[in-house]
Amino acid sequence: MKSTTLMSSVTTRFDHDRRVLVTAPVELDRPEAEEVVATQRPWITIVWNDPVNLMNYVTYVFMTYFCYPREKAEQLMMQVHQEGRAVVSSGSREEMERDVAAMHSYGLWATLMKDD
Amino acid sequence: MSEVVRGFTRTLTGRIVLRVDIVEKGLLATLLEQLIEFVSPESADSDADPLAAIVGIAEDAQRPEDPALARLFPDAYPDDPEASADFRRYTERGLREAKAAAATTALNSLEESGEKITLTVDQAQAWLGALADIRLALGSRLEITEDNHEELANLPDEDPRSGMFHLYDWLTYLTETLVRCLMPR
Repeated sequence: MKSTTLMSSVTTRFDHDRRVLVTAPVELDRPEAEEVVATQRPWITIVWNDPVNLMNYVTYVFMTYFCYPREKAEQLMMQVHQEGRAVVSSGSREEMERDVAAMHSYGLWATLMKDD
Repeated sequence: MSEVVRGFTRTLTGRIVLRVDIVEKGLLATLLEQLIEFVSPESADSDADPLAAIVGIAEDAQRPEDPALARLFPDAYPDDPEASADFRRYTERGLREAKAAAATTALNSLEESGEKITLTVDQAQAWLGALADIRLALGSRLEITEDNHEELANLPDEDPRSGMFHLYDWLTYLTETLVRCLMPR
């Protein structure tokens, strides 16, 4: 369950590949999960360090939104803090836009890019 | 503000409690009201396409010029202004509404309470989001970096940033204690 109360009104997104508005879950349109994992995770979400958000808050967001276990969430938080950025998720462009919008809803500074 | 700074605590029944005095309560109400005004989509433009508004599209979503707003709604594609504008067009209105809604939830819970504010987990999550946004806005105004906390903490009282920094510092403590209350076990 990825959705949060803060994100509840962000239900409409733009599908860049199909150039259409998407208001419903898009899982049905995706290829079989097994094929996707290895070959089609070309986009990544990056969270950047900032001087305001607290370390325990960033950990809380990674645990709450991504459902990461505490250890992984803390590891990613430390990477953001020490290295200035961390890749927090990967997937389709659509999925990454959803993750970036969610990070913005929490006040984290996030961007997405193609993982070349 | 009281001498002893009090943060959020969790009760045995799972509610989250913050005790405030009258001054603290007034400050929090003012900050939440300002946040609501700050993030609310500009509803005044009567020319806006009502259909676009219903499906959450902002017709004219430019990168905000105000650095605090630009921090709350950053570019999603750092090297691609066109894709960033597209993303903004389809997400920013929803984000603004969600942030305003969280701040409104927090403000309502404050106004319904006396000096003891008792929150459900949902209300507390709304508080956490609103506190994050207020701190980001204040941090942007104060031009906070990782290295200038001490400098800001030691500003003379007559410097207008001094009061703002003490407010920021207090909200940092509230956030820290609220995250502890909400952290999954």
